[in-house]
Amino acid sequence: MADTQLLLGLSFALFALGLVGVMVRRNALVMLMCMELMLNAVILALVTFSLETATLSGAVLVFLIFVVAAAEIAIAIPIVLQLSRQRSSLDVEGYDRLKG
Amino acid sequence: MTIDQLLVYFFGACALLGGVLMLVARHPMRVALALISCMLSLAGIYAMLGVHVVAVFQVLIYVGAVMVFMVYVIMLLDVRDPSFLRRYGHLLVPAVVLGALLAGALGVSAIRVGAPAIQPGTGPAPSYLVQPFSVEFLREYWLHFELTSVLLVAAVVAAIAIIRSGRRSDG
Repeated sequence: MADTQLLLGLSFALFALGLVGVMVRRNALVMLMCMELMLNAVILALVTFSLETATLSGAVLVFLIFVVAAAEIAIAIPIVLQLSRQRSSLDVEGYDRLKG
Repeated sequence: MTIDQLLVYFFGACALLGGVLMLVARHPMRVALALISCMLSLAGIYAMLGVHVVAVFQVLIYVGAVMVFMVYVIMLLDVRDPSFLRRYGHLLVPAVVLGALLAGALGVSAIRVGAPAIQPGTGPAPSYLVQPFSVEFLREYWLHFELTSVLLVAAVVAAIAIIRSGRRSDG
């Protein structure tokens, strides 16, 4: 099997694992980490494609995604901190006050 | 098969193992350690592919900043709640079926495309060398570079605002 296909398959498998983790797990922090796994899978696919096309814009996009990931985690962690402070729990099934 | 290809396979297997362990592990700290090992394996893959800059950034930003932040939060919030005892919600079976379907569909599409092979271990990739990359980055993409700094400032301000609004509602 060609290496591109192997890397793409690895990226898709990691993305599916992260998606299943976000849907299945009950801990809010674990859900955040599964989102990070999905982002890592996307970066792997992007690096694979940009190696294949050998363009500089792909490399630039990889770095922009790193910045977006840092900003995302900087926002998401305070939200989880607030939720756990108000409900004294990290269990997302207890966050039923978000219902309209 | 060269040693470089073998190493790519090895790191890929380690990354997959880390991803599976993230779904199975009970304590959030173990999930964080599994994610760290997965990210380090991905950094190894990047290094074997010749994109050393991305490998270094993966270790520095993801493992060194994001995951250390996450580990600190896990130690800070040592909350014991039902999510430690019952790991999975009630969507376990449909979510696993959906994930398997998604991975299968994407894998079939990847096999059908038949892309050309990347040879690992052939030295650094030309578009990822530091000098052409940085020259192009600051000459062609300077606006995006400045916009990312605006995004980071906005994220910092938003994080402070979230923390302050929570304090006000507490008091």
